[in-house]
Amino acid sequence: MLELVIISALNGILYGLLLFLMASGLTVVFSMLGVLNFAHAGFYMLGAFFGFQISKWFGFWWALLLAPVVVGLIGAAVERFALRDIHRSGHVAELLFTFGLAYVIEEVVQIIWGKDPVDYRGPSSLDFPAFSIFSTNYPSYKVFMFAISVAIFVALLIVIKRSRIGLVVQASLTHPQMVAHLGHNVGLVFTLVFGVGIGLAALAGVIAGPILQTQSNMAASLIALLFAIVVVGGLGSLAGAFVASLLIGLIQTFAVSLDGSLASLFGPLSPNAPQFLIRNIWTVTIAQVAPIIPYALLILVLILRPMGLFGTRET
Amino acid sequence: MGKIVLAVLLILMSLSGFALAQESVRIAYIDTLSGGGASVGVARLKAFQFLAEDVNAKGGILGKKLEIVPFDNKTNAQESVIQAQKAIDSGIRFITQGNGSSVAVALTEFVLKHNERNPGQEVLYFNYSSIDPILTNAKCNFWHFAWDANSDVKMEAITNYIKATPAIKKVYLINQDYSYGKSVRAAAREMLAAKRPDITIVGDELHPMLKVTDFSPYVAKIRASGADAVISGNWGQDLALLLKAAGSSGLDVNWYTYYGVATAGIPISLKQVNLDHKVFGVTEGIANVDYAPSREFEKRWRAKYGEDFVLFAPRQVNEIKMFAAAAEKAKSFEPIKIAFALENMEIDVFNGGKGVMRKDDHQFFQPLYVASFGELKASEPFDEEGTGWGNTVAAKIEANDTLTKTSCKMTRPQ
Amino acid sequence: MTELLSSAPISRAVHGPRLRFYAVWGGVAVLLVAFPSIFTSASSLTTFSLVGTAIVFSLSYNILLGQTGLLSFGHAVYYGIGAFFAVHSMNLIPQYGLPISLPFVPLIGGVAGLLLAVVTGWISTRRAGTVFSMISLGIAELAVALALILTDFFGGEDGISTNRTKLPAWFGWHFGPQLQVYYLVAFWVFVSALAMYALTRTPLGKICNAVRDNPERVQFVGYDPHVVRYLAFCFAGLFAGIAGALAAISFESANFTDLGWVKSGAVIFSTYIGGTGIFVGPIVGAIFFVYLSLSLSDYTSVWQLYFGLLFILIVKYAPGGIGGTLLMHRLPLRVGRLGVVLKTYAIAAVPTLLLVAGFVLAVETLVHHTVNANEDPQIKAFGVSFDASSPMTWITALMLMLFGYILGRLTWRGVTRAWDEARTIASERGVPS
Repeated sequence: MLELVIISALNGILYGLLLFLMASGLTVVFSMLGVLNFAHAGFYMLGAFFGFQISKWFGFWWALLLAPVVVGLIGAAVERFALRDIHRSGHVAELLFTFGLAYVIEEVVQIIWGKDPVDYRGPSSLDFPAFSIFSTNYPSYKVFMFAISVAIFVALLIVIKRSRIGLVVQASLTHPQMVAHLGHNVGLVFTLVFGVGIGLAALAGVIAGPILQTQSNMAASLIALLFAIVVVGGLGSLAGAFVASLLIGLIQTFAVSLDGSLASLFGPLSPNAPQFLIRNIWTVTIAQVAPIIPYALLILVLILRPMGLFGTRET
Repeated sequence: MGKIVLAVLLILMSLSGFALAQESVRIAYIDTLSGGGASVGVARLKAFQFLAEDVNAKGGILGKKLEIVPFDNKTNAQESVIQAQKAIDSGIRFITQGNGSSVAVALTEFVLKHNERNPGQEVLYFNYSSIDPILTNAKCNFWHFAWDANSDVKMEAITNYIKATPAIKKVYLINQDYSYGKSVRAAAREMLAAKRPDITIVGDELHPMLKVTDFSPYVAKIRASGADAVISGNWGQDLALLLKAAGSSGLDVNWYTYYGVATAGIPISLKQVNLDHKVFGVTEGIANVDYAPSREFEKRWRAKYGEDFVLFAPRQVNEIKMFAAAAEKAKSFEPIKIAFALENMEIDVFNGGKGVMRKDDHQFFQPLYVASFGELKASEPFDEEGTGWGNTVAAKIEANDTLTKTSCKMTRPQ
Repeated sequence: MTELLSSAPISRAVHGPRLRFYAVWGGVAVLLVAFPSIFTSASSLTTFSLVGTAIVFSLSYNILLGQTGLLSFGHAVYYGIGAFFAVHSMNLIPQYGLPISLPFVPLIGGVAGLLLAVVTGWISTRRAGTVFSMISLGIAELAVALALILTDFFGGEDGISTNRTKLPAWFGWHFGPQLQVYYLVAFWVFVSALAMYALTRTPLGKICNAVRDNPERVQFVGYDPHVVRYLAFCFAGLFAGIAGALAAISFESANFTDLGWVKSGAVIFSTYIGGTGIFVGPIVGAIFFVYLSLSLSDYTSVWQLYFGLLFILIVKYAPGGIGGTLLMHRLPLRVGRLGVVLKTYAIAAVPTLLLVAGFVLAVETLVHHTVNANEDPQIKAFGVSFDASSPMTWITALMLMLFGYILGRLTWRGVTRAWDEARTIASERGVPS
């Protein structure tokens, strides 16, 4: 039991860190540009597939370096040549455009790599168990993922808090118009921020690909979750996104492994009790309910506290 | 510009010709040809077309060519019904499908209603891969025929194998938490209790379907239970990830699965984690069965498709073979006559031996093989997915030892 | 004398639009009745049922998107609940011997959709814009997850099936034959479309437009935008429920996928592509979408890609959709420049066609190499055969695209010029666009 808890906790934190890599880009872009990028998870998927392809040709470490850059550039191009114009037509058009883009990315991935999961493996140099928790081996690759995610987080923090561009980004998070008035090339900043956000998502894809299945349906299942994280954490808040990512990562992982239902706790329903629907609720497991929790949180937050847990701005 | 693109699309579409009905007997293949599950759907289509070519090379059926007409159902039950209607409208009287039991249920009900409401225009539904037992029990009907051993029949075969393997003492069950997984688990419990009351079931897990990305907690539970065998009906990523997690954590048990053999991606995963002859699957045939005709076919097939895993299933061969035989026997392509001809028909199945289409429930019974994946012997020429490892027969379960009871009560036409 | 003079023009102004209204709707009714005599095959009738359902669904969605400016990602939830209630009614009515025949079942679905919208609408519509979209997303995910948990009502993965012929007969009709179902669907499509059209002409409909354009101003005028959005939401739920029930009747089944992403996405696509600015837009979009999704998959295995690209192109270049774009041409028509504009289209169409053909050729060849690499390279796409392995194909594709693009840019300048001319003339003459 303890083994289960520790493994789940480790996996949960890892999953949360991966989610944060993706959500950080999304929340910064949302705060700055007001664009809710439906295609964000699609770029995560592109990162995973590019990572797979590049690692097939040149090895994993090159993939780690190149894939996020390539995908980030694609993202920047999308912003510069498409989103910026559509931005003028309003939020609905933007949302619809990114919605269509997500769809197209998935189709393109399917055409090029097919619909099956691809055999994306981590580097063979990391193919040994790092340590054992009781009887289960914990792979070094996962430790590596930890290390990278934390490093990125720290790097992001330093860049945002200490560098000049970071100051501009911070200011744009809360007062985008003012920043433009102050004469900064907000357009360039926007493109840069968008590109970096996409690049981060792609990086998450490159490192997560070998562990989670790399398959063309990866994005569809993630995007709603990412939205929930961004909203719950709060707009304009990287710390909020971090907390929300970890929270949701842990909830999802624990719920899946710690199964249980009212039936398992209290025994089966008596045959005399009303059966219709009640028996469904009686036997529903935590694992079935877990996927709902982020969305329930999403709705609650939007109703009760639209700024999110740590947000500094209204939507 | 967008509107011009749209206009162009419309023009291009209307310029295309329609496939005219020729002097051929057509089977509509209604399955997933786009979207998520398409690789399997497309592979099965190619297999059917390959088989049709073989049939036509030998002169066709009753002098007519056999043609497989594809329809994309996008793995959607309603879409399948629409495509079936389209097929029927273009004059096709035979439908085949296999991927997805919700689609299968929708199709079998549609076919039943259609035949009831349109006497004289009946169609038949050949189910080659949907193994929900409901199709040959509660929802059985005269027009549906199933060539894949359904989930209960497969469990019958597995448990008969376990019955003959006294070394297995503690069994762990792990399945996907939905109707199929639950039926696998229920069948396992019932049949093990009947055949090997000395076996203890040390764990019974239902996990969320297609949601788990890390099975190491489950593997830890299996290890903690002390099981020596695991039974699982898992498929797709739920099976691949489970086995990968088990292999990387060094868990030493035997896995008795439905889809552990003859599924894309599994061989590569198993080789990666070095699970040599630990994973068993139950299937109606594998490449390395010692039977010359099936090995010949396998060679021909692989010569055409190479290492890309474009799998065919022996049950598809059996289906086409029986269809041709039924038509010859009935000397007609009238669906009712073919259906009557198929009932209780016995044929030589693809991998050798005899199989019979049971009249009571239209379920095909054939010898089943419990096979394991691992290093090959010299006498086994076929490996899987370029790994160098392949499938080996562990046991052959004769058709009679796979029989299950059925609750089917179908109304037959005169 | 003045009375005589004054009465004539007024009556013409009043009768004109009314006449047009009856003519249009009367004509539609006649067409609906005559349709089965023109298209007699069972699959056209099934297709029509599909199209009809999609029309009602898209129109209901446009109450949210076009009229009130609310982009919902979860509209299929109300469609799905209508379908499930319809299916359960069709099972319960014969079981309990209730005297309700099939034509009333869509009403049951509508009420179900309405009730669900009433319950979820108040919190959904508190805010507009992105917040509304996110809440709709959350509710959609919740609904799908619940559908898989409450298997007694939703039937799990297999859904619930039924038999529509078991209900009490309606003037001798048991609705077994597809023709009878067609008339039922046609009737409800007509009634729903008419009702939704009427809605756009009521004060509520107009206030919805106002809320879409300027909610603050609406508040100043004295209406609460929240209430207005809520009412629009309820109406949208009502008609979505009717659409779901119609689908349930056609297919005699309901499944949890009716509530989900794919369905919600489909209605967004079809409504937007058709055009959210005019009433007829979603109708056009629904017909277009259903027709494409049914037939395009016969010609190419990557129809979804073409679809997505089409959608993006429309969002970027023709945000009014098909309907809106067609409507744009009223302006050149009014100043007598339509002929000129159309001529420039004809000229620009040629290189554009080449560009598209080249692109399609490239995509299909690429698909062949990545998906069907071991197959016979003589492939057919859109009815045209070509050899996918020959380098000539690639060269042809590239040349077509290059040629098409360069020439296209030149000829499209002609189109913009013609439009500019038309607009200048219009503004000179004071003609509204």
